[in-house]
Amino acid sequence: MDTKRKGLITTRRGALRGMGAAGLLLAAPGLVGRAVAQSGDIIRLGAPFHRTGIGASYGRWYEQTANAAVKLINEAGGINGMQVEMIVEDDGTDPARGVQVMEKFSAEHKVDAVFGHLFSHVVAATAARAGELKMPYFICSEAHTLAAGALNRYVFQPSITDVKSQVISMAPWISQNLGKKVTLIYPDFAFGYDHRDNFTAAIAAQGGSIVANIAIPPTETSFTRYLPQIPADTDVIYHVMVGPAVLTFVKELGDYLGSSGPKLFGFMDSLEAVRTDIEALSFLEGSYFWEAMPRYAQANQTEFDKFFREKVGVDASGAAVGDENDVSTYSHMFSVWETLFAMKQAMELSGYKGPDQKQAMLEAMESITSFAESNEFPQGDKVFNGKTHQSFGHQNISKVVSGKLEVVYRTTIEETLYEDEVDYTTMSF
Amino acid sequence: MDLAPFLLLAALEGLVQASVLTLTALGLSIVFGVMRVVNVAHGEFFMLGAVGAYVCASLLPGPAWLTFAGALVMAPLCVGALAILADWAMLKRINYNPEATIVSTIGLMYILQQMTLITFGPNAQAVNPPFSYTIRTPWFGYSSYKLFIVLVTIVIVIALWQLLRKSRIGLLMRATQYDKDTAQNFGIPVARVYSGVFAVGAMLAAIAGVLIVPIRQADYLMGHDPLLLSFVVVIVGGIGSIPGTIAAAILIGMSDGLLSVMLSPTLAKIASTLLVALVLVFKPEGLFGKSARQ
Repeated sequence: MDTKRKGLITTRRGALRGMGAAGLLLAAPGLVGRAVAQSGDIIRLGAPFHRTGIGASYGRWYEQTANAAVKLINEAGGINGMQVEMIVEDDGTDPARGVQVMEKFSAEHKVDAVFGHLFSHVVAATAARAGELKMPYFICSEAHTLAAGALNRYVFQPSITDVKSQVISMAPWISQNLGKKVTLIYPDFAFGYDHRDNFTAAIAAQGGSIVANIAIPPTETSFTRYLPQIPADTDVIYHVMVGPAVLTFVKELGDYLGSSGPKLFGFMDSLEAVRTDIEALSFLEGSYFWEAMPRYAQANQTEFDKFFREKVGVDASGAAVGDENDVSTYSHMFSVWETLFAMKQAMELSGYKGPDQKQAMLEAMESITSFAESNEFPQGDKVFNGKTHQSFGHQNISKVVSGKLEVVYRTTIEETLYEDEVDYTTMSF
Repeated sequence: MDLAPFLLLAALEGLVQASVLTLTALGLSIVFGVMRVVNVAHGEFFMLGAVGAYVCASLLPGPAWLTFAGALVMAPLCVGALAILADWAMLKRINYNPEATIVSTIGLMYILQQMTLITFGPNAQAVNPPFSYTIRTPWFGYSSYKLFIVLVTIVIVIALWQLLRKSRIGLLMRATQYDKDTAQNFGIPVARVYSGVFAVGAMLAAIAGVLIVPIRQADYLMGHDPLLLSFVVVIVGGIGSIPGTIAAAILIGMSDGLLSVMLSPTLAKIASTLLVALVLVFKPEGLFGKSARQ
């Protein structure tokens, strides 16, 4: 009996000791982290990437691209003499977790800024919290929400263009070359609505019309059932789809339509991370796609595109070097790269040394008016609007030729501009 | 599109849906019928079948039809072995206690999901169909592979029916289902019957997973929807009733196909949920179920 009790006490003590040690261990990274953050000789950037969930294929490439850019920045001496450390957290492409991750970056990691969020529903949820936490938040998302004035002064989109500007520059070309009666197929959430609303207005301005709107939930796995909604008098099917099932979507579209159906104009999102030169997608031959940055190295490839491909480990066909099946999200991932260099520029302009100078850094960002095409901005030159916090750049229309994408038209920046809908500089910090 | 081709497309989509559902739900139904185990991890066996098919297709050499045939045999066998392991390591230890099995299979569901995420990764992976002929009608095209799914399902259901009704194994299973203790007293190895049944249930889901992957792609979260629909089917059909499960799968699959093509996919989900509610209110034992034996 005695020995038993004794044994019990020792284990209890042991357990307490163990718990104490475990507690210390758990607390330690936080302690260390804070100590480093306060010493002010390093810039810490929070990177909430979609490692899992419906955005996983993008998240992986965003991370790889960001790693390459951070490495390059650090090799060149960092920012204002400080090395850059990137802390990646997975948000599961989930709005609620996006907000939690933002709080973690602020409270635990004490980062200088957060960058790299993509999916618009996650951005919409996280941006509000970023504003409350006064955390500079650089998105790579395409959603028009920011330029529409729905977010706040802490949110910027310095690299990738928004859907509105993409769509208004595509509509004239579509109506002149493909047809005026358009069926829209888009994902059933904020990003899809941006396409629907802006394209409906833009095609109407060209004298065209939308004959059907087909909204598909981004988690859908089977698509044939939606396709009978395509009216017979459709000239052009305009499709933009995201999520893990994009390949299924284009395949079923091909099965359903065959080669004789209406003309196809897709946003590259429908094919990101998917090979175009496979037999199941042969029906895409001769169809057109919007691309922000051409997946296939073009005949007139710039040295900057070449440099970018080499650094992120992507070959001339947009796939990972050494694995032709591992296709990148080339039309989107340049935005993390360019965003990092835009942040660097703002930090250098304001002589940024630590979180106390956040406001100066943001004002410096607002004062920037353009980015020149360079190794830092390989997608092309950009006009940056400090009032709407949104960048404007060239868009590409590519045709599928022998399974490869060939750019047939590159817009000017002027074609993508629209009137300001907000002036964030009048809002308080 | 005219009404007739519209109906034809809807019926085809419904048939494919019904086939996959029949296989998945039959697995769930057999496990519940014989073992009284509500297997919440059933959808993960479906997912593992699909992921297994991807693994087989990428490892095995040869043309697409051959690797696919390999996957159709090997993936379900591996999943079956895993199910036997789960039965031995988990369900047996808690004496198949109904409440405990629900909680532990929820745990199993997360373990299988996360293990797949860690090893297989978060990306959806495609598998080439064994053949890719598209049937062209004047109004629309349809993948012939989808009809192949229906065919395979019919063959498997007939084989399963023969196994359960005509073979000694089926007799042992039915005896165990009818009265476990008496069966034990008559020398039937109930423990082995249980692990066998659990394996067969998991393998049916895995076969459905393999069949679906050429038209859907494999990813670690794909087990969720088939699990929910299988529960719907099993409840509507009558718990433990094989003909009931098949009839309910066809009913729900076809109504889902017809409603989602002709009206909207969301409405189809509402309709099948409503059907469950109505069945639970007016015929709680299910359309084909017998009243519970005391």
